[in-house]
Amino acid sequence: MDPLLSGDVGLAEILIVLLKVVVAFAALLIGVMLMVWFERKLVADMQNRLGPNRAGPFGVLQTLADGIKLFFKEELSPQNADPFVYRLAPYLSLIPAFLVFAVVPIAGNFSGDNDGVVTMFGHETLMQVADPQIGILLVLAMSSVAVYGIMLAGWSSGSKYPLLGSVRATSQMVSYEAALGLSVATVLIVAGSLSTNLIVDGQAGGRWNLWMTGLVPFVVFLIAGTAELNRPPFDLVEAEQELVGGFHTEYTALRFAMFFLAEFMNTVTMSAIIVTLFFGGPSGPSFGLDGWFADYVLGFGYFFAKLLVFLFVFVWFRATLPRLRYDQLMDLGWKLLIPLALGWFLVVAAVKVAIDTTWNVAVVLGVAAAGLLLGGMLLKLAIRSGSEHRTDEFVGGDR
Amino acid sequence: MIAALAPLSFLAQSATGNSFDVPANVVFYIVAAFMVFAAIRVVTTDNIVHAALWLILVLSGVGLNFLLLQAEFVAITQILVYLGAIVVLFLFGIMLTRAPLGRADDLDNNMRPIGVAVGLLLTAVIAFALIRTFGNDSLTFEAYAGSQAVAGNNRTTALANEIFGPQLIPFEVLSVLLTAALIGAIVLARRD
Repeated sequence: MDPLLSGDVGLAEILIVLLKVVVAFAALLIGVMLMVWFERKLVADMQNRLGPNRAGPFGVLQTLADGIKLFFKEELSPQNADPFVYRLAPYLSLIPAFLVFAVVPIAGNFSGDNDGVVTMFGHETLMQVADPQIGILLVLAMSSVAVYGIMLAGWSSGSKYPLLGSVRATSQMVSYEAALGLSVATVLIVAGSLSTNLIVDGQAGGRWNLWMTGLVPFVVFLIAGTAELNRPPFDLVEAEQELVGGFHTEYTALRFAMFFLAEFMNTVTMSAIIVTLFFGGPSGPSFGLDGWFADYVLGFGYFFAKLLVFLFVFVWFRATLPRLRYDQLMDLGWKLLIPLALGWFLVVAAVKVAIDTTWNVAVVLGVAAAGLLLGGMLLKLAIRSGSEHRTDEFVGGDR
Repeated sequence: MIAALAPLSFLAQSATGNSFDVPANVVFYIVAAFMVFAAIRVVTTDNIVHAALWLILVLSGVGLNFLLLQAEFVAITQILVYLGAIVVLFLFGIMLTRAPLGRADDLDNNMRPIGVAVGLLLTAVIAFALIRTFGNDSLTFEAYAGSQAVAGNNRTTALANEIFGPQLIPFEVLSVLLTAALIGAIVLARRD
């Protein structure tokens, strides 16, 4: 709960909230602009090319130039399109991407018992647009709402390739959402709260969830997050060689720009969520400093440094990993990530209970591992006896 | 359908009291009217994907109503489960089989009068039950200030304590029921 809103709400409080909204909006847009440039430049480096280098120093204004170009292009819509849904879809993609960023803490001093509270114009507040009780669930909800944008864009285009792309996107995003949610649940067990502020606060002093949850949830989240973003190596949604451009094949001008913006915005916010959940967000050593420097400069510095690492990682993935085949994609999601995330979730929950009730952690771990092993063996047995008794209908292939 | 009919119970109420009650009730009426309209469009629209889209609006209206009741967790769960999973699967199923653009004539048939009669009957029954139970109750939207803020605004924590405390056994029974349904679906789908 934001301390700003816990007392009486007057004009000053409303103005501070408005200021935070405007700053977050502008910062995200500028961040996305720079991210597009960063990605193009970095991929060019990795592919031994120059990349954009004409507009502005090092080509940094290239995105702006592209944006202006797209803004002035003619809006085309296919003859078969469903006019209203065709126009609605880009917004359904863009708005959830914006909303997620509202719960990300981007600065604040988390050392000692500051809890990330900063003083702005004499009022105590948090450096995030909102800190609802449901916190991280908003992120999961918005990532499932974002499916609609892609799905309806493909359907309403009235063309085959976009429809194929959107069906692929839906099944992929729905499949990986489960793994994503389960790895977030592991973090929630350790943090003991849904609020993003409290999740970050619990990680202050180097108690990062990365190791508090034992690394596995982070790996699962990173892979599932990449799939959720439809970025390479999971970009079957817009596989150029197969589907022309996937769900946005028929889109031009400003509507295409919105999809493009949403995609990169999701990359930035997903990195920010990873930093918040696993790497302690804006928390870090404050060197005994206090006041505005520790609140704004240090906090934002730590956040931005961590964010940059993951932005680099996503670009790195794109430049180096070949695209998965569709059956590999489904196997990875359903047969590896979900069981792994679920098993790890149970083990972490068992350890948490053991610590809370002062049982012997080693014994609990042993019993949990034995239980999981037994369950896994039973499942294996069930699958084997199932495939032995399978009717002729499914013979051929080992699926 | 039921969600769309719920607003009728509050038809006869007066909104008085402290400052946040009136806006909450006004918002409720707007959302309720919109939900009724969207629910009617779900069954009258001539395109199956449009029907699913109107259904999304009805279900988000339910989520908004939970927000007006200050139950954030239930509201976000409504969004996550109904919008994020169920309608997505509806649409996915429609698109995998057939999803015609434009008008589809086979969405209607000559059973319309019977359907209207059943709908009206259900409306009457539910409205009667709700009005008998709640009468003239109106929404109260409490604002918490000062030391109340922490205690009053922690409904998510309260809900968690309730589910994993006194209500643990019913919760587990429901989980087992859902697991049984899941296994049943697999058994039906796999022809072993």
